[in-house]
Amino acid sequence: MKNRSWGFLVGGLLVALLLAGVVSNYASSHPDGLDSSLLKGCTVDADDNIVGGSCPAQQAREHELGDSPLADYGVRGVGNDFLSTGLSGVLGVLLTFAIGAGGFWLLRRRGSGTPTPDDTTTPAEGTTPSEGDAATSRAGAAG
Amino acid sequence: METLAMHISNGIIDGPVAAVFAALALAALTVCVLRGRRDLDDRLAPMAGLVAAFIFAVQMLNFPIFTAGVSGHLLGGALAAMLVGPWVGALCVAVVLVVQALIFGDGGVAMLGLNITNMALLGTAAAYLLIALLVRVLPRTRAGLAVTAFVSALVSVVVASQGFVLQYWLGGTTDLGGNLAGLAGTMAGVHLLIGIGEGLITATTVLTVAKVRPDLVYALRGLRPTSAPAVPVVGGVR
Repeated sequence: MKNRSWGFLVGGLLVALLLAGVVSNYASSHPDGLDSSLLKGCTVDADDNIVGGSCPAQQAREHELGDSPLADYGVRGVGNDFLSTGLSGVLGVLLTFAIGAGGFWLLRRRGSGTPTPDDTTTPAEGTTPSEGDAATSRAGAAG
Repeated sequence: METLAMHISNGIIDGPVAAVFAALALAALTVCVLRGRRDLDDRLAPMAGLVAAFIFAVQMLNFPIFTAGVSGHLLGGALAAMLVGPWVGALCVAVVLVVQALIFGDGGVAMLGLNITNMALLGTAAAYLLIALLVRVLPRTRAGLAVTAFVSALVSVVVASQGFVLQYWLGGTTDLGGNLAGLAGTMAGVHLLIGIGEGLITATTVLTVAKVRPDLVYALRGLRPTSAPAVPVVGGVR
Protein backbone atom coordinates (compact mmCIF):
# COMPACT_ATOMS: atom_id res chain seq x y z
CA MET A 1 0.00 0.00 0.00
CA LYS A 2 1.04 3.51 -0.64
CA ASN A 3 1.78 5.99 2.08
CA ARG A 4 -1.48 7.84 1.50
CA SER A 5 -3.45 4.68 2.18
CA TRP A 6 -1.52 4.05 5.37
CA GLY A 7 -2.25 7.59 6.47
CA PHE A 8 -5.95 7.21 5.81
CA LEU A 9 -6.03 3.88 7.59
CA VAL A 10 -4.23 5.16 10.69
CA GLY A 11 -6.31 8.34 10.74
CA GLY A 12 -9.55 6.40 10.43
CA LEU A 13 -8.55 4.02 13.20
CA LEU A 14 -7.67 6.90 15.50
CA VAL A 15 -11.12 8.43 14.93
CA ALA A 16 -12.77 5.08 15.67
CA LEU A 17 -10.67 4.63 18.82
CA LEU A 18 -11.58 8.12 20.01
CA LEU A 19 -15.30 7.51 19.40
CA ALA A 20 -15.35 4.10 21.08
CA GLY A 21 -12.84 4.96 23.79
CA VAL A 22 -14.06 8.38 24.91
CA VAL A 23 -17.23 9.59 23.20
CA SER A 24 -18.99 6.29 24.01
CA ASN A 25 -19.24 7.46 27.61
CA TYR A 26 -21.56 10.25 26.55
CA ALA A 27 -23.92 7.96 24.65
CA SER A 28 -27.59 7.85 25.61
CA SER A 29 -28.34 5.08 28.11
CA HIS A 30 -32.00 4.81 27.14
CA PRO A 31 -33.13 1.53 25.54
CA ASP A 32 -32.71 1.58 21.76
CA GLY A 33 -35.45 1.38 19.15
CA LEU A 34 -35.68 -2.41 19.24
CA ASP A 35 -35.55 -2.71 23.02
CA SER A 36 -38.10 0.01 23.60
CA SER A 37 -40.50 -1.47 21.04
CA LEU A 38 -40.20 -4.87 22.68
CA LEU A 39 -40.93 -3.39 26.11
CA LYS A 40 -44.16 -1.75 24.97
CA GLY A 41 -46.97 -3.17 27.09
CA CYS A 42 -44.75 -3.98 30.05
CA THR A 43 -43.97 -1.75 32.98
CA VAL A 44 -40.33 -1.51 33.92
CA ASP A 45 -38.51 -0.23 36.98
CA ALA A 46 -35.67 2.27 36.99
CA ASP A 47 -33.20 -0.41 35.92
CA ASP A 48 -35.36 -1.50 32.98
CA ASN A 49 -36.37 -4.72 34.71
CA ILE A 50 -39.83 -5.89 33.68
CA VAL A 51 -42.16 -5.69 36.69
CA GLY A 52 -45.53 -6.23 35.06
CA GLY A 53 -47.70 -6.28 31.97
CA SER A 54 -47.22 -8.26 28.77
CA CYS A 55 -44.81 -7.42 25.97
CA PRO A 56 -42.61 -9.15 23.36
CA ALA A 57 -39.55 -8.87 25.61
CA GLN A 58 -40.99 -10.75 28.56
CA GLN A 59 -39.51 -14.12 27.53
CA ALA A 60 -36.00 -12.72 27.12
CA ARG A 61 -33.30 -14.95 28.54
CA GLU A 62 -29.72 -14.48 29.63
CA HIS A 63 -26.98 -14.28 27.04
CA GLU A 64 -24.95 -17.46 26.55
CA LEU A 65 -21.71 -15.56 27.10
CA GLY A 66 -23.09 -12.97 29.49
CA ASP A 67 -20.16 -13.44 31.85
CA SER A 68 -17.48 -12.86 29.23
CA PRO A 69 -14.79 -10.43 30.42
CA LEU A 70 -16.06 -7.73 28.04
CA ALA A 71 -19.79 -8.40 28.37
CA ASP A 72 -22.09 -5.38 28.16
CA TYR A 73 -19.30 -3.15 26.85
CA GLY A 74 -17.33 -3.03 30.08
CA VAL A 75 -14.11 -4.61 31.23
CA ARG A 76 -14.68 -6.90 34.17
CA GLY A 77 -12.62 -5.88 37.16
CA VAL A 78 -12.30 -2.24 36.15
CA GLY A 79 -14.25 -0.30 38.76
CA ASN A 80 -14.27 3.09 37.07
CA ASP A 81 -17.25 3.17 34.68
CA PHE A 82 -15.68 5.70 32.33
CA LEU A 83 -12.48 3.68 32.04
CA SER A 84 -14.34 0.37 31.77
CA THR A 85 -16.58 1.50 28.90
CA GLY A 86 -13.76 3.30 27.12
CA LEU A 87 -11.34 0.41 27.42
CA SER A 88 -13.92 -2.08 26.16
CA GLY A 89 -14.57 0.22 23.19
CA VAL A 90 -10.87 0.45 22.37
CA LEU A 91 -10.47 -3.32 22.59
CA GLY A 92 -13.59 -3.82 20.46
CA VAL A 93 -12.33 -1.49 17.72
CA LEU A 94 -8.92 -3.16 17.63
CA LEU A 95 -10.44 -6.65 17.67
CA THR A 96 -12.98 -5.83 14.95
CA PHE A 97 -10.27 -4.29 12.81
CA ALA A 98 -7.94 -7.25 13.30
CA ILE A 99 -10.63 -9.79 12.42
CA GLY A 100 -12.06 -7.71 9.58
CA ALA A 101 -8.82 -6.61 7.94
CA GLY A 102 -7.19 -10.00 8.52
CA GLY A 103 -10.11 -11.92 7.09
CA PHE A 104 -10.53 -9.63 4.09
CA TRP A 105 -6.79 -9.75 3.47
CA LEU A 106 -6.92 -13.54 3.27
CA LEU A 107 -9.96 -13.39 0.99
CA ARG A 108 -8.61 -10.78 -1.40
CA ARG A 109 -7.88 -11.69 -5.00
CA ARG A 110 -4.25 -11.65 -5.94
CA GLY A 111 -2.00 -11.33 -8.89
CA SER A 112 -4.11 -8.82 -10.75
CA GLY A 113 -4.48 -5.10 -11.11
CA THR A 114 -1.74 -2.62 -10.55
CA PRO A 115 1.58 -4.10 -9.57
CA THR A 116 2.81 -2.85 -6.26
CA PRO A 117 6.00 -3.64 -4.36
CA ASP A 118 3.86 -5.89 -2.15
CA ASP A 119 3.11 -8.14 -5.09
CA THR A 120 6.70 -9.23 -5.38
CA THR A 121 6.62 -10.67 -1.89
CA THR A 122 3.37 -12.61 -2.29
CA PRO A 123 2.91 -15.49 -4.69
CA ALA A 124 0.92 -14.26 -7.65
CA GLU A 125 -1.11 -17.40 -8.07
CA GLY A 126 -1.28 -20.72 -6.47
CA THR A 127 -2.31 -22.81 -3.57
CA THR A 128 -2.15 -20.59 -0.55
CA PRO A 129 -4.34 -21.80 2.31
CA SER A 130 -7.06 -19.21 1.74
CA GLU A 131 -7.28 -20.08 -1.95
CA GLY A 132 -7.85 -23.67 -0.97
CA ASP A 133 -10.50 -22.74 1.59
CA ALA A 134 -12.37 -20.61 -0.90
CA ALA A 135 -12.30 -23.36 -3.46
CA THR A 136 -13.64 -25.80 -0.89
CA SER A 137 -16.48 -23.52 0.16
CA ARG A 138 -17.32 -22.86 -3.47
CA ALA A 139 -17.54 -26.56 -4.14
CA GLY A 140 -19.64 -26.94 -1.01
CA ALA A 141 -22.02 -24.21 -2.09
CA ALA A 142 -22.41 -25.74 -5.51
CA GLY A 143 -23.05 -29.24 -4.21
CA MET B 1 -30.58 -5.40 34.46
CA GLU B 2 -28.11 -2.68 33.58
CA THR B 3 -27.26 -3.96 30.13
CA LEU B 4 -26.44 -2.19 26.92
CA ALA B 5 -28.04 -4.76 24.65
CA MET B 6 -28.67 -3.38 21.19
CA HIS B 7 -29.63 -6.47 19.24
CA ILE B 8 -32.13 -9.34 19.49
CA SER B 9 -31.64 -11.12 22.82
CA ASN B 10 -32.10 -14.80 23.51
CA GLY B 11 -35.65 -15.93 24.07
CA ILE B 12 -37.30 -13.26 21.91
CA ILE B 13 -37.63 -15.52 18.84
CA ASP B 14 -38.06 -19.27 19.21
CA GLY B 15 -35.25 -21.73 18.50
CA PRO B 16 -36.41 -23.31 15.23
CA VAL B 17 -37.01 -19.97 13.51
CA ALA B 18 -33.67 -18.68 14.79
CA ALA B 19 -31.99 -21.81 13.38
CA VAL B 20 -33.61 -21.37 9.98
CA PHE B 21 -32.39 -17.79 9.81
CA ALA B 22 -28.92 -18.89 10.91
CA ALA B 23 -28.78 -21.26 7.93
CA LEU B 24 -30.16 -18.56 5.65
CA ALA B 25 -27.61 -16.03 6.87
CA LEU B 26 -24.75 -18.50 6.47
CA ALA B 27 -25.75 -19.23 2.88
CA ALA B 28 -26.10 -15.54 2.05
CA LEU B 29 -22.78 -14.66 3.66
CA THR B 30 -21.12 -17.40 1.59
CA VAL B 31 -22.46 -15.71 -1.53
CA CYS B 32 -21.12 -12.40 -0.20
CA VAL B 33 -17.67 -13.96 0.26
CA LEU B 34 -17.64 -15.34 -3.28
CA ARG B 35 -18.89 -12.12 -4.88
CA GLY B 36 -16.98 -9.85 -2.52
CA ARG B 37 -13.67 -11.42 -3.48
CA ARG B 38 -13.95 -9.70 -6.87
CA ASP B 39 -13.98 -6.34 -5.11
CA LEU B 40 -11.34 -7.17 -2.53
CA ASP B 41 -7.86 -6.23 -3.63
CA ASP B 42 -4.76 -5.20 -1.73
CA ARG B 43 -6.18 -1.74 -1.22
CA LEU B 44 -9.80 -2.50 -0.34
CA ALA B 45 -9.10 -5.29 2.18
CA PRO B 46 -7.60 -3.13 4.95
CA MET B 47 -10.14 -0.38 4.22
CA ALA B 48 -12.98 -2.87 4.70
CA GLY B 49 -11.45 -3.78 8.06
CA LEU B 50 -11.47 -0.10 8.94
CA VAL B 51 -15.13 0.19 7.91
CA ALA B 52 -16.01 -2.70 10.24
CA ALA B 53 -14.03 -1.15 13.12
CA PHE B 54 -15.65 2.23 12.51
CA ILE B 55 -19.14 0.72 12.50
CA PHE B 56 -18.36 -1.05 15.78
CA ALA B 57 -17.27 2.26 17.31
CA VAL B 58 -20.27 4.27 16.12
CA GLN B 59 -22.73 1.56 17.16
CA MET B 60 -21.64 2.27 20.74
CA LEU B 61 -22.81 5.87 20.39
CA ASN B 62 -26.50 5.70 21.20
CA PHE B 63 -28.11 9.03 20.40
CA PRO B 64 -31.39 10.28 21.86
CA ILE B 65 -34.32 10.52 19.47
CA PHE B 66 -37.30 12.80 19.85
CA THR B 67 -39.39 10.21 21.64
CA ALA B 68 -38.67 10.48 25.32
CA GLY B 69 -36.68 7.67 26.85
CA VAL B 70 -35.66 6.00 23.59
CA SER B 71 -32.29 6.01 21.89
CA GLY B 72 -30.98 4.89 18.53
CA HIS B 73 -27.65 3.88 17.13
CA LEU B 74 -26.04 3.30 13.78
CA LEU B 75 -26.67 -0.03 12.06
CA GLY B 76 -24.08 0.66 9.38
CA GLY B 77 -25.37 -1.24 6.35
CA ALA B 78 -25.74 1.86 4.17
CA LEU B 79 -22.38 3.26 5.26
CA ALA B 80 -20.65 -0.01 4.42
CA ALA B 81 -22.42 -0.30 1.06
CA MET B 82 -21.46 3.26 0.15
CA LEU B 83 -17.79 2.77 1.02
CA VAL B 84 -16.96 -0.84 0.11
CA GLY B 85 -19.94 -2.10 -1.90
CA PRO B 86 -22.81 -4.43 -1.05
CA TRP B 87 -20.99 -7.78 -0.82
CA VAL B 88 -18.02 -6.72 1.27
CA GLY B 89 -20.29 -4.24 3.08
CA ALA B 90 -22.61 -6.97 4.31
CA LEU B 91 -19.57 -8.91 5.51
CA CYS B 92 -18.33 -5.83 7.41
CA VAL B 93 -21.60 -5.53 9.34
CA ALA B 94 -21.65 -9.28 9.95
CA VAL B 95 -18.13 -9.14 11.43
CA VAL B 96 -19.31 -6.42 13.84
CA LEU B 97 -22.37 -8.46 14.88
CA VAL B 98 -20.31 -11.60 15.43
CA VAL B 99 -17.79 -9.75 17.59
CA GLN B 100 -20.62 -8.15 19.58
CA ALA B 101 -22.38 -11.47 20.15
CA LEU B 102 -19.29 -13.52 21.01
CA ILE B 103 -17.22 -10.99 22.95
CA PHE B 104 -19.55 -8.28 24.23
CA GLY B 105 -22.60 -10.36 25.14
CA ASP B 106 -24.78 -8.23 22.86
CA GLY B 107 -27.33 -10.09 20.75
CA GLY B 108 -27.82 -13.75 21.64
CA VAL B 109 -25.44 -16.21 19.97
CA ALA B 110 -28.49 -18.31 19.08
CA MET B 111 -30.05 -15.14 17.62
CA LEU B 112 -27.03 -14.25 15.49
CA GLY B 113 -28.64 -15.43 12.24
CA LEU B 114 -31.65 -13.19 12.88
CA ASN B 115 -29.52 -10.15 13.65
CA ILE B 116 -27.25 -10.75 10.65
CA THR B 117 -30.26 -11.18 8.38
CA ASN B 118 -31.82 -7.90 9.48
CA MET B 119 -28.83 -5.60 9.74
CA ALA B 120 -26.07 -7.10 7.59
CA LEU B 121 -28.16 -8.58 4.78
CA LEU B 122 -31.53 -6.78 4.57
CA GLY B 123 -30.16 -3.40 5.65
CA THR B 124 -27.21 -3.49 3.28
CA ALA B 125 -29.24 -4.86 0.37
CA ALA B 126 -31.96 -2.24 0.71
CA ALA B 127 -29.34 0.48 0.99
CA TYR B 128 -27.41 -0.67 -2.05
CA LEU B 129 -30.47 -0.94 -4.28
CA LEU B 130 -31.26 2.68 -3.46
CA ILE B 131 -27.64 3.75 -3.83
CA ALA B 132 -27.41 2.17 -7.28
CA LEU B 133 -30.56 4.02 -8.31
CA LEU B 134 -29.94 7.41 -6.70
CA VAL B 135 -26.32 7.68 -7.77
CA ARG B 136 -27.53 7.56 -11.37
CA VAL B 137 -30.49 9.92 -11.18
CA LEU B 138 -29.13 12.56 -8.79
CA PRO B 139 -26.63 15.22 -9.85
CA ARG B 140 -23.05 14.13 -9.44
CA THR B 141 -22.27 16.68 -6.81
CA ARG B 142 -21.49 16.57 -3.12
CA ALA B 143 -25.14 17.36 -2.44
CA GLY B 144 -26.20 14.46 -4.64
CA LEU B 145 -23.85 12.13 -2.80
CA ALA B 146 -25.14 13.38 0.56
CA VAL B 147 -28.78 12.80 -0.41
CA THR B 148 -27.92 9.32 -1.70
CA ALA B 149 -26.24 8.44 1.59
CA PHE B 150 -28.98 9.96 3.74
CA VAL B 151 -31.95 8.41 1.95
CA SER B 152 -30.41 4.96 1.55
CA ALA B 153 -29.41 4.91 5.22
CA LEU B 154 -32.84 6.00 6.44
CA VAL B 155 -34.71 3.46 4.34
CA SER B 156 -32.28 0.65 5.22
CA VAL B 157 -32.94 1.12 8.94
CA VAL B 158 -36.72 0.92 8.49
CA VAL B 159 -36.37 -2.16 6.26
CA ALA B 160 -34.12 -3.84 8.84
CA SER B 161 -36.69 -3.11 11.56
CA GLN B 162 -39.42 -4.76 9.48
CA GLY B 163 -37.17 -7.78 9.04
CA PHE B 164 -37.47 -8.24 12.76
CA VAL B 165 -41.27 -7.90 12.58
CA LEU B 166 -41.34 -10.70 10.00
CA GLN B 167 -39.19 -12.86 12.27
CA TYR B 168 -41.44 -12.10 15.22
CA TRP B 169 -44.47 -13.08 13.16
CA LEU B 170 -42.78 -16.41 12.38
CA GLY B 171 -41.40 -17.21 15.81
CA GLY B 172 -42.12 -14.58 18.43
CA THR B 173 -42.23 -16.04 21.93
CA THR B 174 -45.00 -13.86 23.34
CA ASP B 175 -48.49 -13.98 21.89
CA LEU B 176 -49.33 -10.46 20.81
CA GLY B 177 -53.01 -11.29 20.56
CA GLY B 178 -52.96 -10.74 16.83
CA ASN B 179 -51.55 -7.28 17.21
CA LEU B 180 -48.55 -7.74 14.93
CA ALA B 181 -49.48 -4.56 13.08
CA GLY B 182 -48.99 -2.70 16.34
CA LEU B 183 -45.45 -4.01 16.65
CA ALA B 184 -44.78 -3.25 12.99
CA GLY B 185 -46.04 0.30 13.42
CA THR B 186 -44.07 0.91 16.60
CA MET B 187 -40.88 -0.48 15.08
CA ALA B 188 -41.32 1.50 11.85
CA GLY B 189 -42.08 4.75 13.67
CA VAL B 190 -39.14 4.52 16.05
CA HIS B 191 -36.76 3.43 13.31
CA LEU B 192 -37.88 6.21 11.02
CA LEU B 193 -36.54 8.60 13.67
CA ILE B 194 -33.41 6.51 14.19
CA GLY B 195 -33.02 6.45 10.41
CA ILE B 196 -32.67 10.23 10.41
CA GLY B 197 -29.69 9.86 12.74
CA GLU B 198 -28.34 7.00 10.64
CA GLY B 199 -28.73 9.16 7.54
CA LEU B 200 -26.89 12.12 9.06
CA ILE B 201 -24.00 9.95 10.30
CA THR B 202 -23.76 8.09 6.99
CA ALA B 203 -23.86 11.26 4.87
CA THR B 204 -21.29 13.03 7.05
CA THR B 205 -18.90 10.08 6.98
CA VAL B 206 -19.25 9.47 3.25
CA LEU B 207 -18.75 13.15 2.42
CA THR B 208 -15.65 13.23 4.59
CA VAL B 209 -14.16 10.17 2.90
CA ALA B 210 -15.16 11.52 -0.53
CA LYS B 211 -13.29 14.72 0.21
CA VAL B 212 -10.10 13.05 1.45
CA ARG B 213 -10.02 9.93 -0.72
CA PRO B 214 -12.79 9.87 -3.36
CA ASP B 215 -11.21 6.73 -4.79
CA LEU B 216 -12.25 4.90 -1.61
CA VAL B 217 -15.98 5.53 -2.08
CA TYR B 218 -17.37 2.45 -3.81
CA ALA B 219 -20.61 4.19 -4.74
CA LEU B 220 -18.66 6.65 -6.89
CA ARG B 221 -16.99 3.89 -8.88
CA GLY B 222 -20.18 3.06 -10.73
CA LEU B 223 -20.21 6.57 -12.15
CA ARG B 224 -17.27 5.81 -14.40
CA PRO B 225 -18.70 5.17 -17.83
CA THR B 226 -16.87 1.89 -18.38
CA SER B 227 -15.49 -0.68 -16.04
CA ALA B 228 -11.97 0.16 -17.14
CA PRO B 229 -9.38 -0.59 -14.50
CA ALA B 230 -9.28 2.23 -12.02
CA VAL B 231 -6.07 4.16 -12.35
CA PRO B 232 -5.23 5.56 -8.95
CA VAL B 233 -2.63 7.90 -10.36
CA VAL B 234 -3.75 11.49 -10.58
CA GLY B 235 -2.79 13.41 -13.67
CA GLY B 236 -3.33 12.78 -17.36
CA VAL B 237 -1.79 9.61 -18.60
CA ARG B 238 -2.43 10.42 -22.20
